[in-house]
Order: sequence, then structure tokens, then C-alpha cells
Amino acid sequence: MANPKQRFGKSRTRKRRANWKAEAPTLVECPKCKAMKLPHSVCGECGFYDGREVIAVSEKE
Amino acid sequence: MRQGKLGRDVGARRALLRSLVTNLFLYNRIETTEAKAKAMRPVAERLITKAKKGNLHNTRLAAAYLTSPEALKKLFEEIGPKFVERPGGYTRIMKTGMRRGDAAPMAIIELVGFEPVAVKEDKKVKKAAPKKAVEKKAEPKVKSPLKKAEAPKKTMIKKAGTKVPAAKKAPVSGEK
Ligand SMILES: [Zn+2]
Repeated sequence: MANPKQRFGKSRTRKRRANWKAEAPTLVECPKCKAMKLPHSVCGECGFYDGREVIAVSEKE
Repeated sequence: MRQGKLGRDVGARRALLRSLVTNLFLYNRIETTEAKAKAMRPVAERLITKAKKGNLHNTRLAAAYLTSPEALKKLFEEIGPKFVERPGGYTRIMKTGMRRGDAAPMAIIELVGFEPVAVKEDKKVKKAAPKKAVEKKAEPKVKSPLKKAEAPKKTMIKKAGTKVPAAKKAPVSGEK
């Protein structure tokens, strides 16, 4: 019986996989300590949010 | 469920929300996933609105929901009265980034205008207390203001040490 050797060729497989890309996260500068952080979230470096909120002052352990 | 199902059936979801809300009232601020924080917010706010009126019926409704009597007491005596002037929006949610391990987006939910209740780790307290009791027999009331729960134990140990001059008895009772 004659059967196809494979369904997709290397080219088609690689073209499909070539379009799966990682995206860089959007970051903003913390107004307090100038570190880059996620927008609308508490700064992981200084623990501030919205100017005043000290969330977790995690200094050296 | 405006916010979704949290991957649970009704019973488990209700139990989870009761637990979250009770602990929010007990500790004023809790950290959880963003989805849970958003789901519990309307539940917590409606209970606070009930607490502002503070009649018997509302008290019973809240008592049926909360999992601890202390939380109920605090809700009606402390939290409700403080929010009488505020027309809603008693809680604040702040995003705190991704959790290590499963990258779940985390958030802090807190009662606006309340200071978070300090939580001490049990291990540290239990370890520290007996040591102090053994070392400082001569000064009974110096360390007592630290913790209410531990205070009676300490004083009992110290009394036992002072009554019976044999110093070895105190460490033995402390270890138990
Ligand atoms: Zn910062």
C-alpha cells in the first residue's frame, strides 16, 4: 500500500514554530526608587505604591 | 459570581470566601491571589455595610457567614462604626506581582484606614518564651507585655521557681 511518508514537511513545521515568541513584559519606572516594575502594582524593590503605601520592607535577610 | 468560579464547586467556593473574609476582618490586611481578592471584595463590603447598621438581624446574618466569633465581634464593634461616614469602598486591592512557583498574580487586600495586625510566627514565639523564662527568673514582669497568651505560662513557671528554691524545677516545667 502506498502511504505518505510524513504529514508535514520540515519547512511547514518550522514556519509554524517560528511564530511562537516570548514577549517582553511592559515595565514602568518606580517613581520612588527608579527601579523598573510592573505597572499598577506595588514596587518589589521599595515596597511603595501610590506614593505612600509601604507594603513589605524586605531588606536583607 | 461576577468574578468567576475560582476553579471550585459552590461549596468549596463558599467555604473559601468565608475563610478569606473572616481573616480579612481579623487581620485587616491579607495577601492572596488577585482573583481571590477580587472575588471576596463584594462579599466583604456587603458584610461591612450590614455592620454599619448593627441591628440584631444583620448581626445574625453576619454570624451565619463568618467562621469565627472574634471576627464577628470586631466587625460590628470596630470595623462597622469606623466606616459609618464612608459610602462604600471599604477595601483596597493592590497588586504585588507574581507568586514564585506558579506565577499566580498576587494582591494585597486591606481595610481602608486600618493598620495591618502584626502576625508573629508560632515557632519563634514558642522557642523564645521558655528560654526567657528560664534565664530570667529574678525579673518576673519585664518581658510580660510582649504577648498576652504566653504571659500566664511564664508567670506560672517563675512562681514555681521562686517558691521552690531548687532551680532545676523551672527548666523542666518550661520544656513541657
Ligand atoms: Zn520602588
